[in-house]
Amino acid sequence: MAEYTVTKTLDYKGLACPMPVVKISQQIGTVSVGEVIEVHTTDPGSLADFPAWAKTMGHAIVETKQEPGVIKIFVKRMK
Amino acid sequence: MSLNVDKELAELKAKVESASGTGNKLTMIVFSGDLDRQLAAMIIATGAAAMGMQVVLFFTFWGTAALRDPKQRVNGKNLISKMFGFMLPKGRNALKLSQMHMAGMGTAMLKGLMKKKNVASLDQLYEVAAQLAVKIYICEMSMNLMGFKKEEMIQYPNLEVCGVATMLAHAKESALQFFI
Repeated sequence: MAEYTVTKTLDYKGLACPMPVVKISQQIGTVSVGEVIEVHTTDPGSLADFPAWAKTMGHAIVETKQEPGVIKIFVKRMK
Repeated sequence: MSLNVDKELAELKAKVESASGTGNKLTMIVFSGDLDRQLAAMIIATGAAAMGMQVVLFFTFWGTAALRDPKQRVNGKNLISKMFGFMLPKGRNALKLSQMHMAGMGTAMLKGLMKKKNVASLDQLYEVAAQLAVKIYICEMSMNLMGFKKEEMIQYPNLEVCGVATMLAHAKESALQFFI
């Protein structure tokens, strides 16, 4: 996996569709281009939705980790 | 040489994306006054806005009742308008499920479940929609038919009344058109 450092960590645990995607869309502009946001979610739909959102918006998912009780998604602002 | 091709491709792509009828816009007609359908409409609307789309909602027919503000009282209605006002839900929190309403039990149970599972309520979805600049229009003719007045509708940024032409103009330049 590509090397990166996390600039910001956001806790979206407990939130259901569509809130995780709505919230990341509001937060992505708070970091600079090239920086990575780490998102913690418990919504299994986010596994499909974050890549779909990133593809549409021109951002990148650099890594996804499934840990017991939490899904960690690393979103890189690309533009 | 290959650099030039890339540049021309990018220019062409930009041209195609800005062409009419393929705009990055979603137009949705919210016809139904059912709680489940209204929830779907607001989830799709806020989701699309999060995906960077411009979102325009047109509330018509039974859908318009969802935009009523239960706190507003309007005088000067005739008997039929008063009857419609009494029979139709007073705002989004008075909507019923299309199935399994069961005299209110089913709807109450679903709302309880939504809270338990942390699914956003209509109130929260409207708040997010306003933040994401989701545009809401109300069909003038439906309001007129049911005797609703603009003054009894909710406070929402730039809530506007319009006719079918406004909806069609938006739909024509949208990449997606939904009817709920």
